[in-house]
Amino acid sequence: MATPLTLKELSKKEILLTSGHRMCSGCGAPIIVKMVLLASDYPIVAANATGCLEVSTCISDYTAWKIPWIHNAFENAAATLSGVETMYRFLKKQGKIDKDIKFIAFGGDGGTYDIGFQSLSGAMERGHDMLYVCYDNGAYMNTGIQRSSATPYGADTTTCPVGSGIQGKPQPRKNLTKIMAAHDIPYTAQASPSHWMDLVKKVKKALEIKGPKFMNILAPCNRGWRSRTDDAIQLSRLAVETCYWPLYEIENGVTKVTFKPKEKKPLADFLKPQGRFKHLFAPGNENMLKNFQEMVDKEWGYLLKASGTE
Amino acid sequence: MKLKGWKNVNPGAVCTEAGSALQFKTGSWRAYRPRWIEENCIQCLFCWAYCPDMAVNVKDGKMTGFNYDYCKGCGICALECPGKKGNKAIVMEEEGK
Repeated sequence: MATPLTLKELSKKEILLTSGHRMCSGCGAPIIVKMVLLASDYPIVAANATGCLEVSTCISDYTAWKIPWIHNAFENAAATLSGVETMYRFLKKQGKIDKDIKFIAFGGDGGTYDIGFQSLSGAMERGHDMLYVCYDNGAYMNTGIQRSSATPYGADTTTCPVGSGIQGKPQPRKNLTKIMAAHDIPYTAQASPSHWMDLVKKVKKALEIKGPKFMNILAPCNRGWRSRTDDAIQLSRLAVETCYWPLYEIENGVTKVTFKPKEKKPLADFLKPQGRFKHLFAPGNENMLKNFQEMVDKEWGYLLKASGTE
Repeated sequence: MKLKGWKNVNPGAVCTEAGSALQFKTGSWRAYRPRWIEENCIQCLFCWAYCPDMAVNVKDGKMTGFNYDYCKGCGICALECPGKKGNKAIVMEEEGK
Protein backbone atom coordinates (compact mmCIF):
# COMPACT_ATOMS: atom_id res chain seq x y z
CA MET A 1 0.00 0.00 0.00
CA ALA A 2 1.48 3.29 -1.07
CA THR A 3 1.73 6.13 1.42
CA PRO A 4 -1.11 8.66 1.13
CA LEU A 5 -0.33 11.68 -0.99
CA THR A 6 -0.22 14.51 1.55
CA LEU A 7 2.21 17.34 2.08
CA LYS A 8 2.92 15.92 5.53
CA GLU A 9 4.13 12.65 4.04
CA LEU A 10 6.00 14.39 1.22
CA SER A 11 7.76 16.68 3.67
CA LYS A 12 9.42 13.66 5.27
CA LYS A 13 11.31 13.01 2.05
CA GLU A 14 14.58 14.69 1.26
CA ILE A 15 14.33 17.49 -1.32
CA LEU A 16 16.94 16.75 -3.95
CA LEU A 17 17.36 20.36 -5.01
CA THR A 18 19.08 22.31 -2.25
CA SER A 19 18.90 25.89 -1.05
CA GLY A 20 21.66 28.18 -2.20
CA HIS A 21 20.70 28.10 -5.88
CA ARG A 22 20.72 31.50 -7.53
CA MET A 23 17.23 31.57 -9.08
CA CYS A 24 15.48 34.93 -8.54
CA SER A 25 13.45 35.57 -5.42
CA GLY A 26 9.94 34.21 -5.99
CA CYS A 27 10.80 32.15 -9.09
CA GLY A 28 8.37 29.41 -10.14
CA ALA A 29 10.90 27.00 -11.68
CA PRO A 30 12.55 25.66 -8.48
CA ILE A 31 9.09 25.02 -7.01
CA ILE A 32 8.34 22.83 -10.02
CA VAL A 33 11.66 20.97 -9.89
CA LYS A 34 11.18 20.36 -6.17
CA MET A 35 7.69 18.92 -6.71
CA VAL A 36 8.81 16.75 -9.65
CA LEU A 37 11.74 15.31 -7.66
CA LEU A 38 9.58 14.76 -4.57
CA ALA A 39 7.06 12.85 -6.66
CA SER A 40 9.55 10.18 -7.63
CA ASP A 41 10.15 7.06 -5.59
CA TYR A 42 12.94 6.02 -7.96
CA PRO A 43 16.51 7.26 -8.26
CA ILE A 44 16.56 10.01 -10.87
CA VAL A 45 19.14 11.02 -13.44
CA ALA A 46 18.43 14.46 -14.87
CA ALA A 47 19.56 16.48 -17.85
CA ASN A 48 19.08 20.20 -18.20
CA ALA A 49 18.83 22.36 -21.28
CA THR A 50 20.46 25.79 -21.05
CA GLY A 51 18.16 28.21 -19.32
CA CYS A 52 17.59 30.00 -16.02
CA LEU A 53 17.39 26.71 -14.16
CA GLU A 54 20.64 25.39 -15.56
CA VAL A 55 22.76 28.51 -15.10
CA SER A 56 21.49 29.29 -11.61
CA THR A 57 21.60 25.82 -10.09
CA CYS A 58 25.13 24.96 -11.14
CA ILE A 59 27.52 27.89 -10.94
CA SER A 60 31.23 27.21 -11.18
CA ASP A 61 31.99 24.29 -8.87
CA TYR A 62 28.78 24.58 -6.86
CA THR A 63 25.70 22.56 -7.67
CA ALA A 64 22.28 22.63 -6.02
CA TRP A 65 21.43 19.14 -7.29
CA LYS A 66 21.73 16.05 -5.16
CA ILE A 67 21.13 13.72 -8.08
CA PRO A 68 23.33 12.89 -11.09
CA TRP A 69 22.76 15.85 -13.36
CA ILE A 70 24.15 16.64 -16.78
CA HIS A 71 24.12 19.81 -18.78
CA ASN A 72 25.21 19.87 -22.38
CA ALA A 73 23.87 22.68 -24.55
CA PHE A 74 20.73 24.66 -25.29
CA GLU A 75 19.45 22.50 -28.12
CA ASN A 76 20.16 18.96 -26.99
CA ALA A 77 18.90 18.15 -23.48
CA ALA A 78 16.64 15.43 -24.90
CA ALA A 79 19.38 14.02 -27.15
CA THR A 80 21.89 13.99 -24.28
CA LEU A 81 19.47 12.20 -21.99
CA SER A 82 18.62 9.73 -24.79
CA GLY A 83 22.29 8.78 -24.81
CA VAL A 84 22.41 8.42 -21.04
CA GLU A 85 19.28 6.30 -21.07
CA THR A 86 20.65 4.07 -23.85
CA MET A 87 23.89 3.55 -21.92
CA TYR A 88 21.85 2.61 -18.86
CA ARG A 89 19.89 0.00 -20.82
CA PHE A 90 23.14 -1.41 -22.20
CA LEU A 91 24.79 -1.62 -18.77
CA LYS A 92 21.66 -3.21 -17.38
CA LYS A 93 21.74 -5.83 -20.12
CA GLN A 94 25.36 -6.56 -19.24
CA GLY A 95 24.38 -6.96 -15.61
CA LYS A 96 26.51 -4.04 -14.42
CA ILE A 97 23.51 -2.09 -13.05
CA ASP A 98 20.47 -3.64 -11.43
CA LYS A 99 18.72 -0.53 -10.07
CA ASP A 100 15.53 0.85 -11.59
CA ILE A 101 16.55 4.35 -12.60
CA LYS A 102 14.27 6.97 -14.17
CA PHE A 103 15.38 9.73 -16.49
CA ILE A 104 14.04 13.27 -16.48
CA ALA A 105 15.05 16.16 -18.72
CA PHE A 106 14.28 19.72 -17.67
CA GLY A 107 14.08 22.54 -20.18
CA GLY A 108 12.68 26.03 -20.26
CA ASP A 109 10.31 27.11 -23.02
CA GLY A 110 13.22 28.44 -25.10
CA GLY A 111 15.09 25.14 -24.83
CA THR A 112 11.93 23.15 -25.50
CA TYR A 113 9.57 25.05 -27.83
CA ASP A 114 12.29 26.59 -30.00
CA ILE A 115 15.95 25.65 -29.80
CA GLY A 116 15.67 22.14 -28.37
CA PHE A 117 12.59 21.16 -30.33
CA GLN A 118 14.29 18.95 -32.91
CA SER A 119 16.16 16.91 -30.31
CA LEU A 120 13.02 16.59 -28.20
CA SER A 121 10.97 15.47 -31.19
CA GLY A 122 13.71 12.98 -32.13
CA ALA A 123 13.97 11.51 -28.64
CA MET A 124 10.20 11.07 -28.43
CA GLU A 125 10.08 9.42 -31.86
CA ARG A 126 12.88 7.00 -30.97
CA GLY A 127 10.88 6.01 -27.92
CA HIS A 128 13.42 6.48 -25.14
CA ASP A 129 12.16 5.71 -21.66
CA MET A 130 12.32 9.25 -20.33
CA LEU A 131 10.21 12.11 -19.06
CA TYR A 132 10.73 15.56 -20.51
CA VAL A 133 9.56 18.38 -18.26
CA CYS A 134 9.22 21.81 -19.80
CA TYR A 135 8.90 24.67 -17.31
CA ASP A 136 7.18 27.27 -19.41
CA ASN A 137 7.68 30.88 -18.31
CA GLY A 138 6.79 32.26 -21.71
CA ALA A 139 10.00 33.95 -22.92
CA TYR A 140 13.80 33.82 -22.79
CA MET A 141 13.88 35.19 -19.25
CA ASN A 142 17.50 34.22 -18.61
CA THR A 143 18.91 36.51 -21.29
CA GLY A 144 16.54 39.40 -20.70
CA ILE A 145 12.94 38.57 -21.71
CA GLN A 146 13.15 38.00 -25.46
CA ARG A 147 10.06 36.54 -27.13
CA SER A 148 9.86 32.79 -27.70
CA SER A 149 7.21 30.73 -29.45
CA ALA A 150 5.71 30.16 -25.99
CA THR A 151 5.19 33.89 -25.38
CA PRO A 152 1.46 34.55 -25.20
CA TYR A 153 -0.39 36.80 -27.61
CA GLY A 154 -0.05 40.49 -26.77
CA ALA A 155 2.76 40.09 -24.21
CA ASP A 156 5.36 42.84 -24.02
CA THR A 157 8.93 41.52 -24.36
CA THR A 158 12.21 43.21 -25.28
CA THR A 159 12.05 41.84 -28.83
CA CYS A 160 8.37 42.63 -29.40
CA PRO A 161 8.10 45.82 -27.36
CA VAL A 162 4.91 47.82 -27.15
CA GLY A 163 5.20 50.95 -29.27
CA SER A 164 3.63 52.73 -32.20
CA GLY A 165 4.23 49.73 -34.51
CA ILE A 166 3.00 46.76 -32.50
CA GLN A 167 1.17 46.21 -29.22
CA GLY A 168 3.21 43.32 -27.86
CA LYS A 169 3.60 39.95 -29.55
CA PRO A 170 1.28 39.87 -32.59
CA GLN A 171 1.19 36.07 -32.85
CA PRO A 172 -0.53 33.57 -30.53
CA ARG A 173 1.59 31.05 -28.65
CA LYS A 174 2.44 27.60 -29.95
CA ASN A 175 0.50 24.78 -28.32
CA LEU A 176 3.40 22.46 -27.57
CA THR A 177 1.43 20.02 -25.39
CA LYS A 178 -0.77 19.23 -28.39
CA ILE A 179 2.26 18.95 -30.67
CA MET A 180 3.86 16.45 -28.31
CA ALA A 181 0.61 14.49 -28.11
CA ALA A 182 0.69 14.33 -31.90
CA HIS A 183 3.92 12.31 -31.57
CA ASP A 184 1.63 9.53 -30.32
CA ILE A 185 3.68 9.07 -27.18
CA PRO A 186 2.06 7.18 -24.28
CA TYR A 187 1.72 10.17 -21.95
CA THR A 188 1.48 13.93 -22.34
CA ALA A 189 0.26 16.26 -19.61
CA GLN A 190 -0.05 19.87 -18.64
CA ALA A 191 0.31 20.93 -14.99
CA SER A 192 0.67 23.98 -12.76
CA PRO A 193 2.58 24.36 -9.46
CA SER A 194 -0.50 25.88 -7.79
CA HIS A 195 -2.23 22.49 -8.03
CA TRP A 196 0.57 20.52 -6.40
CA MET A 197 -1.32 17.28 -5.98
CA ASP A 198 -2.35 17.20 -9.62
CA LEU A 199 1.28 17.84 -10.59
CA VAL A 200 2.73 15.18 -8.28
CA LYS A 201 0.14 12.61 -9.41
CA LYS A 202 0.95 13.27 -13.06
CA VAL A 203 4.70 12.86 -12.48
CA LYS A 204 4.10 9.63 -10.54
CA LYS A 205 1.90 8.32 -13.32
CA ALA A 206 4.39 9.33 -16.01
CA LEU A 207 7.29 7.60 -14.25
CA GLU A 208 5.35 4.33 -14.10
CA ILE A 209 4.77 4.35 -17.86
CA LYS A 210 7.47 2.91 -20.08
CA GLY A 211 8.40 5.03 -23.06
CA PRO A 212 8.67 8.72 -23.85
CA LYS A 213 6.61 11.12 -21.74
CA PHE A 214 6.19 14.87 -21.89
CA MET A 215 4.94 17.35 -19.29
CA ASN A 216 4.42 21.06 -19.79
CA ILE A 217 4.34 23.01 -16.52
CA LEU A 218 3.58 26.71 -16.14
CA ALA A 219 6.40 28.56 -14.36
CA PRO A 220 5.60 32.11 -13.29
CA CYS A 221 8.51 34.55 -13.65
CA ASN A 222 8.03 37.81 -11.77
CA ARG A 223 10.87 39.54 -13.66
CA GLY A 224 9.53 38.74 -17.10
CA TRP A 225 5.84 38.86 -16.28
CA ARG A 226 6.38 42.17 -14.48
CA SER A 227 4.45 41.06 -11.43
CA ARG A 228 5.18 40.99 -7.70
CA THR A 229 7.70 38.59 -6.19
CA ASP A 230 5.10 36.88 -4.02
CA ASP A 231 2.40 36.00 -6.55
CA ALA A 232 3.92 33.06 -8.47
CA ILE A 233 1.46 30.56 -7.04
CA GLN A 234 -1.51 32.95 -7.17
CA LEU A 235 -0.86 33.71 -10.85
CA SER A 236 -0.45 30.06 -11.78
CA ARG A 237 -3.74 29.35 -10.01
CA LEU A 238 -5.46 32.17 -11.93
CA ALA A 239 -3.99 30.78 -15.17
CA VAL A 240 -5.75 27.49 -14.44
CA GLU A 241 -9.03 29.05 -13.28
CA THR A 242 -9.27 31.30 -16.34
CA CYS A 243 -8.50 28.26 -18.54
CA TYR A 244 -5.49 30.02 -20.01
CA TRP A 245 -3.51 27.01 -18.75
CA PRO A 246 -5.93 24.09 -18.57
CA LEU A 247 -4.83 21.04 -16.59
CA TYR A 248 -5.20 17.91 -18.65
CA GLU A 249 -3.46 14.73 -19.68
CA ILE A 250 -3.45 12.64 -22.83
CA GLU A 251 -2.79 8.99 -22.07
CA ASN A 252 -2.57 6.65 -25.06
CA GLY A 253 -4.63 9.08 -27.13
CA VAL A 254 -7.37 9.55 -24.53
CA THR A 255 -7.75 13.15 -23.38
CA LYS A 256 -8.80 13.80 -19.80
CA VAL A 257 -9.31 17.20 -18.20
CA THR A 258 -7.96 16.75 -14.67
CA PHE A 259 -9.25 20.01 -13.24
CA LYS A 260 -12.37 21.83 -14.32
CA PRO A 261 -12.84 25.21 -12.64
CA LYS A 262 -16.23 25.54 -10.92
CA GLU A 263 -16.59 28.93 -12.44
CA LYS A 264 -14.45 29.92 -15.42
CA LYS A 265 -12.96 33.32 -14.59
CA PRO A 266 -12.51 36.04 -17.23
CA LEU A 267 -9.01 36.03 -18.75
CA ALA A 268 -8.50 39.63 -17.58
CA ASP A 269 -8.17 38.33 -13.99
CA PHE A 270 -4.97 36.55 -15.03
CA LEU A 271 -3.65 39.34 -17.24
CA LYS A 272 -4.32 42.35 -15.01
CA PRO A 273 -1.66 41.72 -12.29
CA GLN A 274 1.03 41.33 -14.96
CA GLY A 275 2.88 44.37 -16.28
CA ARG A 276 3.63 42.62 -19.58
CA PHE A 277 -0.10 42.87 -20.43
CA LYS A 278 -0.62 46.41 -19.11
CA HIS A 279 -1.21 47.88 -22.58
CA LEU A 280 -4.08 45.45 -23.25
CA PHE A 281 -6.13 47.49 -20.78
CA ALA A 282 -5.31 50.81 -22.44
CA PRO A 283 -7.98 52.54 -24.57
CA GLY A 284 -7.88 51.34 -28.19
CA ASN A 285 -6.76 47.79 -27.35
CA GLU A 286 -10.16 46.41 -26.35
CA ASN A 287 -10.26 44.19 -29.42
CA MET A 288 -6.91 42.59 -28.50
CA LEU A 289 -8.27 41.61 -25.13
CA LYS A 290 -11.39 40.25 -26.87
CA ASN A 291 -9.26 38.29 -29.36
CA PHE A 292 -7.18 36.82 -26.57
CA GLN A 293 -10.28 35.76 -24.63
CA GLU A 294 -11.69 34.16 -27.80
CA MET A 295 -8.46 32.20 -28.34
CA VAL A 296 -8.60 30.84 -24.80
CA ASP A 297 -12.32 29.98 -25.10
CA LYS A 298 -11.72 28.19 -28.38
CA GLU A 299 -8.90 26.06 -26.96
CA TRP A 300 -10.93 25.23 -23.85
CA GLY A 301 -13.86 24.27 -26.08
CA TYR A 302 -11.66 21.92 -28.13
CA LEU A 303 -10.32 20.36 -24.98
CA LEU A 304 -13.76 19.75 -23.47
CA LYS A 305 -14.91 18.22 -26.74
CA ALA A 306 -11.83 15.98 -26.96
CA SER A 307 -12.32 14.80 -23.40
CA GLY A 308 -16.03 14.23 -23.92
CA THR A 309 -17.04 16.37 -20.94
CA GLU A 310 -18.62 19.19 -22.89
CA MET B 1 32.41 30.02 0.26
CA LYS B 2 35.52 30.56 -1.81
CA LEU B 3 35.58 30.22 -5.58
CA LYS B 4 38.23 27.86 -6.93
CA GLY B 5 40.82 29.07 -9.40
CA TRP B 6 40.86 27.49 -12.87
CA LYS B 7 43.79 25.26 -11.94
CA ASN B 8 41.80 23.66 -9.12
CA VAL B 9 38.53 23.04 -10.95
CA ASN B 10 37.85 19.42 -11.96
CA PRO B 11 38.40 18.59 -15.63
CA GLY B 12 35.17 19.00 -17.60
CA ALA B 13 33.86 21.19 -14.75
CA VAL B 14 32.51 18.08 -13.05
CA CYS B 15 31.04 18.80 -9.63
CA THR B 16 31.86 15.93 -7.30
CA GLU B 17 30.08 17.20 -4.22
CA ALA B 18 26.28 16.92 -4.35
CA GLY B 19 24.37 19.95 -3.13
CA SER B 20 27.49 22.07 -2.67
CA ALA B 21 25.42 25.19 -3.46
CA LEU B 22 24.49 25.09 0.24
CA GLN B 23 27.78 26.87 0.83
CA PHE B 24 26.34 29.93 -0.92
CA LYS B 25 24.01 31.74 1.46
CA THR B 26 21.34 33.66 -0.38
CA GLY B 27 19.77 35.19 2.72
CA SER B 28 21.50 38.51 2.09
CA TRP B 29 19.23 39.06 -0.95
CA ARG B 30 16.27 39.56 1.33
CA ALA B 31 14.56 42.94 1.73
CA TYR B 32 11.57 41.56 3.65
CA ARG B 33 11.72 38.80 6.20
CA PRO B 34 8.91 36.32 6.90
CA ARG B 35 7.86 36.00 10.54
CA TRP B 36 6.10 32.85 11.71
CA ILE B 37 3.30 33.26 14.24
CA GLU B 38 2.96 29.79 15.67
CA GLU B 39 -0.46 30.20 17.31
CA ASN B 40 -2.06 30.98 13.92
CA CYS B 41 -0.40 28.03 12.17
CA ILE B 42 -2.61 25.11 11.12
CA GLN B 43 0.36 23.07 9.80
CA CYS B 44 -0.98 22.91 6.25
CA LEU B 45 2.63 23.01 4.98
CA PHE B 46 1.75 25.14 1.95
CA CYS B 47 4.70 27.38 2.87
CA TRP B 48 7.00 24.37 2.68
CA ALA B 49 5.52 23.18 -0.62
CA TYR B 50 5.61 26.56 -2.34
CA CYS B 51 8.95 27.87 -1.08
CA PRO B 52 11.27 28.25 -4.09
CA ASP B 53 14.35 28.29 -1.86
CA MET B 54 13.70 25.27 0.36
CA ALA B 55 14.01 27.68 3.29
CA VAL B 56 11.09 26.40 5.39
CA ASN B 57 12.22 24.05 8.14
CA VAL B 58 10.03 21.01 8.67
CA LYS B 59 10.54 18.34 11.27
CA ASP B 60 8.41 15.19 11.52
CA GLY B 61 5.82 16.68 9.18
CA LYS B 62 5.54 19.96 11.11
CA MET B 63 6.64 23.46 10.21
CA THR B 64 9.25 24.67 12.72
CA GLY B 65 10.38 28.01 11.30
CA PHE B 66 12.46 29.57 8.54
CA ASN B 67 16.04 29.12 7.45
CA TYR B 68 17.12 32.74 7.16
CA ASP B 69 20.48 31.74 5.68
CA TYR B 70 18.73 31.02 2.39
CA CYS B 71 15.29 32.73 2.45
CA LYS B 72 15.26 35.36 -0.29
CA GLY B 73 12.16 37.05 1.13
CA CYS B 74 9.89 36.62 -1.91
CA GLY B 75 6.77 36.41 0.26
CA ILE B 76 5.05 33.48 -1.49
CA CYS B 77 4.67 31.70 1.88
CA ALA B 78 2.95 34.72 3.44
CA LEU B 79 0.58 35.16 0.49
CA GLU B 80 -0.36 31.47 0.34
CA CYS B 81 -0.68 31.05 4.11
CA PRO B 82 -4.35 30.38 4.95
CA GLY B 83 -3.80 31.12 8.65
CA LYS B 84 -6.39 30.52 11.34
CA LYS B 85 -9.72 32.39 11.35
CA GLY B 86 -8.40 35.01 8.96
CA ASN B 87 -5.19 35.61 10.93
CA LYS B 88 -2.09 34.81 8.90
CA ALA B 89 0.57 32.62 10.44
CA ILE B 90 3.25 34.20 8.25
CA VAL B 91 3.71 37.94 7.87
CA MET B 92 6.38 39.83 5.94
CA GLU B 93 8.35 42.50 7.77
CA GLU B 94 10.91 44.91 6.42
CA GLU B 95 14.51 43.87 7.14
CA GLY B 96 16.48 45.97 9.60
CA LYS B 97 13.46 47.41 11.35
